[in-house]
Amino acid sequence: MSTDVTGADVTGPTAADLVRADRVAGRLYTDPELFELEMTRIFERAWVWVAHTSELPGPGTFKSTHVGRQPVIVTRDRKGEIRTLLNRCRHRGASVCEKPQGRANGFTCPYHAWSYGLDGALRGVPYPDGYEGVLEKRDLSLRRLRTESYGGMVFATLDPDAEPLETFLGDARLWIDRFMKQGGGYPVKVLGRHRFTFRGNWKIQLENTTDGYHFPIVHRSWMASVDAETADMMSFMTDPTAVTHDLGHGHSVMQMVPAHSDLDADDGSEPLQARFDGLVEELSATLDPAAVRKVVRAMHGTGFNLNLFPNVSLSAAFFRVLRPVAVDETVIEHVAIGPDGPPELDAVNRARLRIHEHFQGPFGFGTPDDAEGWDRVQRGAAAAPDMPILINRGSAREKADADGHPTAHVTDETGMRAAYGRWKEMMGDD
Amino acid sequence: MTEAPERVPAPVPTTDPAVVRAIELVWREAELLDRAAYLRWESLYTDDATYVVPIDPDTEDFDGTLNMVYDDARMRQMRVVRMTEGYAIAAVDAARTVRTVSRFVPESVTGPAGGTEVVLRSAQVLVAFKRDRHDLWAADLRHRIRLAPDGPAGDRIVQKVVRLVNSESAVPAAGFLL
Repeated sequence: MSTDVTGADVTGPTAADLVRADRVAGRLYTDPELFELEMTRIFERAWVWVAHTSELPGPGTFKSTHVGRQPVIVTRDRKGEIRTLLNRCRHRGASVCEKPQGRANGFTCPYHAWSYGLDGALRGVPYPDGYEGVLEKRDLSLRRLRTESYGGMVFATLDPDAEPLETFLGDARLWIDRFMKQGGGYPVKVLGRHRFTFRGNWKIQLENTTDGYHFPIVHRSWMASVDAETADMMSFMTDPTAVTHDLGHGHSVMQMVPAHSDLDADDGSEPLQARFDGLVEELSATLDPAAVRKVVRAMHGTGFNLNLFPNVSLSAAFFRVLRPVAVDETVIEHVAIGPDGPPELDAVNRARLRIHEHFQGPFGFGTPDDAEGWDRVQRGAAAAPDMPILINRGSAREKADADGHPTAHVTDETGMRAAYGRWKEMMGDD
Repeated sequence: MTEAPERVPAPVPTTDPAVVRAIELVWREAELLDRAAYLRWESLYTDDATYVVPIDPDTEDFDGTLNMVYDDARMRQMRVVRMTEGYAIAAVDAARTVRTVSRFVPESVTGPAGGTEVVLRSAQVLVAFKRDRHDLWAADLRHRIRLAPDGPAGDRIVQKVVRLVNSESAVPAAGFLL
């Protein structure tokens, strides 16, 4: 691989010319035409994360979200099946639901009262006599997207020919399984979400979840505010066992705290953090010591970030979801999670909410600093759009691991190279 | 639909001397925040005070829900360190803010002279300017203020709740405080 990354050699007539193994064109953040192509070639063809099953606890529950820029409703129908429906009445195009989440028997368009079931089927139209001979209700369901789930993660795709979800996830599945172990023996549920915007391209955020290199610099103020034990757990910058794997399909996993990659692997030698002493005491009133240890050891989530191309990360103790709005505007959700167990675990979840608030959210000790960095990337990328963005850190020390995954140090840009490889593949079908 | 008649106690006038002191404290706080005088801002709070920016517009259960900010004295102190130490890039390069706090509604004035607590609702409109752009932040505020027996210098905030009108929507990641 050339080490000359100063030249303007990520130019060319097609989108695929703009990505090389070690650099990408700055234009990837700023070109509105490329953004339009991304919406159709990536966000309307890939499996896009839309929900966690805990957000749809029973028949009739729903949430509103987006696949790319298209508004959708994710519902659990009467039979318990999860559906993703385009939020657009088949009559004149009005949205049929403007609530972020809730429970409903179906959806009625407020404009002419066409009504749809939870599975999207058109149930009724008022004053039907004008439609004699010109309307077949069964042809006019809300458009359904293919919807599949794995490990509680629900994905939808607009592409009827997309590969099965499990194939798309591939080797990322093992890491989803491991991520959900932070329930400490209980399933994982959504506890709440922070939503914030940043004025920059979606790929800047996609990169960030697999960017170990920025952590001690951008998050210095957060590091100063946490106790020594937590800061210690984050000492991955100089830990040679902290690595990033390219998992294929554009996915990658960054293991910051390898000892917490598989929370079931516990020889009992690691002491629980002293800050949780009170919690341990409270839980010990009803739970046995092994169960207490399991939930308390998982308070900070898992020790890795799993980056799934194109729109969701499973990061330490939360889901990070990105939604592209425009070439220079992105909405991010940080979804807090915790164990879905008996009431005595409420204390665990309250503590997890406080940990989440401390770093995440528009007023957290970490997120505003991340957002400032991303804002700077967007502004700076306007300078010399022919100059490449570098993603070559650690490419000389990248090696295949025992499973054949390209692997380098946790601070290396292996995960970004994985994502851009997939981007090139999906954008390259001219 | 007609609303059931509310049983409202006689309204507390904004000219009530206790309310006037509370309003003055809220205004003092607003100016300190606009000037990013965070150490002095922190000193306006009692040790047992909470400073909350909830997400759920209706909740009073700040403990059991996710908030944007839910600070006790320890978190507030760390937040002030973060805002002033110079290492947080978002704080170093924060937007300049100008806020107006008005539409005061005194909710209650309770307790004997010397231990008086005032609960005061108000509206806050904040304009933040950064990099050629103005952002607008609108919020309902509720302050619980404890008046000192020996004069206004000792008046302190026991609780401040900031309910953004768009708390459930996506807001910019901020480098300042509400």
